[in-house]
Amino acid sequence: MHSIRAFRGVASEEGRMTEEPHRPVIRPEPVEGRPAPVVRIERLSIALPEGADRPFAVERVNFNLRPGELLCVVGESGSGKSMSANALMGLLPDTVRVAEGRILLEETDLLREPADKLYDVRGRRVAMIFQEPMSALNPLMKVSAQIEEVFEAHGLLTPKERKDKALQLLTEVGLPDPPRAADSYPFQLSGGQRQRVMIAMALALEPQVLIADEPTTALDVTTQAQILKLIARLQKERNMAVMFITHDFGVVAEIADYVTVMQLGRIVESGPADEVLYSPEHPYTKKLIAAIPKLRAGAAEKTASAPVLTVEDLTKTYHMGGGFFKRQRDVHAVKGVSFTLGRGETLGIVGESGSGKSSVGRCLVRLQDPTSGRVLLGDKDMAHLKGTELRAVRRRIQMIFQDPFSSLNPREKVGRIIADGPIAYGEDPKRALSRAAALMEMVGLDPRGVNRFPHEFSGGQRQRIGIARALALEPEIIVADEAVSALDVSIQAQVLDLLGTLKKDLNLSLIFITHDLRVAAQICDRVMVMQKGEVVEIGPGAAIFGAPKHAYTQSLIDAIPGREKEAAMA
Amino acid sequence: MKDFWKRFARNKGAVIGLVILVAVIALSAAAPFLFPKSPWAMVQRPFIPPFTMDKFLLGTDPMGRDLASGLAHGASVSLLVGLVSTVVSLLIGIPIGALAGYFGGWVDDVLMRFTEFFQSVPSFALAVVLVAIFQPSITSIVIAIAIVSWPPVARLLRGEVMSLKSREFVEAAVLSGQTHATIIWRQILPNTLSPIIVLASMMVAAAILIESSLSFLGLGDRNVMSWGYIIGAGRTVIRQAWWVSFFPGAAILLTVLALNLIGEGLNDALNPRLSRRGK
Repeated sequence: MHSIRAFRGVASEEGRMTEEPHRPVIRPEPVEGRPAPVVRIERLSIALPEGADRPFAVERVNFNLRPGELLCVVGESGSGKSMSANALMGLLPDTVRVAEGRILLEETDLLREPADKLYDVRGRRVAMIFQEPMSALNPLMKVSAQIEEVFEAHGLLTPKERKDKALQLLTEVGLPDPPRAADSYPFQLSGGQRQRVMIAMALALEPQVLIADEPTTALDVTTQAQILKLIARLQKERNMAVMFITHDFGVVAEIADYVTVMQLGRIVESGPADEVLYSPEHPYTKKLIAAIPKLRAGAAEKTASAPVLTVEDLTKTYHMGGGFFKRQRDVHAVKGVSFTLGRGETLGIVGESGSGKSSVGRCLVRLQDPTSGRVLLGDKDMAHLKGTELRAVRRRIQMIFQDPFSSLNPREKVGRIIADGPIAYGEDPKRALSRAAALMEMVGLDPRGVNRFPHEFSGGQRQRIGIARALALEPEIIVADEAVSALDVSIQAQVLDLLGTLKKDLNLSLIFITHDLRVAAQICDRVMVMQKGEVVEIGPGAAIFGAPKHAYTQSLIDAIPGREKEAAMA
Repeated sequence: MKDFWKRFARNKGAVIGLVILVAVIALSAAAPFLFPKSPWAMVQRPFIPPFTMDKFLLGTDPMGRDLASGLAHGASVSLLVGLVSTVVSLLIGIPIGALAGYFGGWVDDVLMRFTEFFQSVPSFALAVVLVAIFQPSITSIVIAIAIVSWPPVARLLRGEVMSLKSREFVEAAVLSGQTHATIIWRQILPNTLSPIIVLASMMVAAAILIESSLSFLGLGDRNVMSWGYIIGAGRTVIRQAWWVSFFPGAAILLTVLALNLIGEGLNDALNPRLSRRGK
């Protein structure tokens, strides 16, 4: 999955630099006082199949992994960072091939080793943790059995010893109640717990090298902070060499000893973490660091205008199960949420996954029916309208979705995607299509793109198309559900800018749902913090981030990676 | 399109299948010119072994009919029945599956119980009964095959629609005020095209087999020559004249194999992500 994305070159168009190519900044590696590298990747080039957007996924890259050190490989999607890690594990897809270079694990060249020898290297000497712990674990096997399987595959220990070892590992990675966790199926654990299990599996055979491919990207901030701490601790305790792949400079600031920045398959800058972070030299690194949203809310206080949307006591309860033999289980996703949204205002809804923030958004636009409560749009109660009445009101509140890859119909042309809404409301198709072109221009895309299909656009461009589609119906309110979470930082910044400008020009009200407090701080006038379906705090952004009143808000802010170093980096 | 062909061509079996299918189509198109006489006409003495007379390359059957002519004329019947019955079963299965998957709830329950009713009867037995009731003719055979082969289509489509329904672009279509009909027709169905095409190619193969089996049992259309009928006619004399059953049997085997290979190639080409890793 990862690799496929990577060589499609998602970020190619927007991520490309405008400046002329700059020489890479490779700081000399200090040798004194550092252990000899356990893995040396030398001049590795991996060729992409013909027809890809560039000839090499990675081109002449060098990495050194030393025991007890953590190397962060940073880059945007399509930069080839995962590809290098997969090459090290021998997990390259068949469509690419290694064109040159060596991967030396101590003295053996992994690229020239026969396949059956690699089995022993994987797991025992080099282990890997993946981004998505749910899909990396077997859903039908209990956790302890999956860890025991690692030993079994390498023919180690007796069944009894394996069981004990599994339990010991689960304890080591800090799972609460290890015996119970060992006896659970993956779906019974939370995302963070699953990632801990993955780490336990990776550590089972005491590898010298651990590769972590975006291991915290799918997790909440607070969980992310815990996992980062765990990896750092285990690395020190076991004196492992860790290669940590990430797109997030906050994470880099938090844990890296050494940093390598990649862009379009090449290393553009590398050096000790502090030097790269505090005094980046390559323009691309500078740009990436500058693109990180700062956790500083705009001080400009808006005068409260008449509310366009009033939400009163919104409640959503899901009924789960309830068959012949099972009692129905109720999940209270949203519990009595009330707020107002002024004209031209941006309200941020932040919280961890499961806090009910997405459910609120979906209830507002009626993709889900609220259990009770009122959603007043002017004098119309959106929560209880049906049929044609609902359809009439619905065009006033539109939504921007999270995933730029699944939110556009792959078989429709972009112009038609944008025009579908107006056409459904009875506008003349020709006029709607010409307006679609105008909207494309408005969101900063080439209006000739209307005749192309979504797959011809990059992630950021697709998100712009999603915005154009939302604007096509001339709504008063736009609900953006994690609208920039799937984008690279530099593109994220561009899309946020666009949303800001459009909001001002069109006097839109925006509800911005996000788990990323930095993003919320950058764009929101007011912020609402949710936990377990309830609003714990609501107020102006500056107040929430500057002086949080609620302990939960404070814990969210504390968990943001790299906050201590932020001041120095700015 | 070029890309599609490249992925399809990577599956060697699929290309071979395509070549065989094109040959069969060419044969059926050329049949009236190559063998202008009716395939039912007696042209020589019975039981001429194959490759002994230039004029009757594949020999003759127990009635003295030209086997090569029968094969060529039978090709068009097989292909026609396979194609038309598949189209008909798609026309039944797609709407039922799409409605069941899209609306869910009681609509789904009703439509799926209806589908299961057809699935719970052994399909070939049902086809035999239907043809026997309606009198054997091309039309009744096509309808019978369609009736027994639409349930898998409905099942497949229901699943596809259910998974597409929760995709964000469908939710976006709901928000932009599109009606259910527009959403199903414009947003969902075009995205189910690839699995349908793959399934359809396999269904044509299955339909050809069912038609042959019906004809073999003597339930074929009396007015058209069919491969199954020839095998059925040669069955009693298989020890004296193996070729009468062998050549139409080989024709059925090759055609069905070709269609299945094509189906697999289409699967690789249309779902590149699911295909086995290329070499």
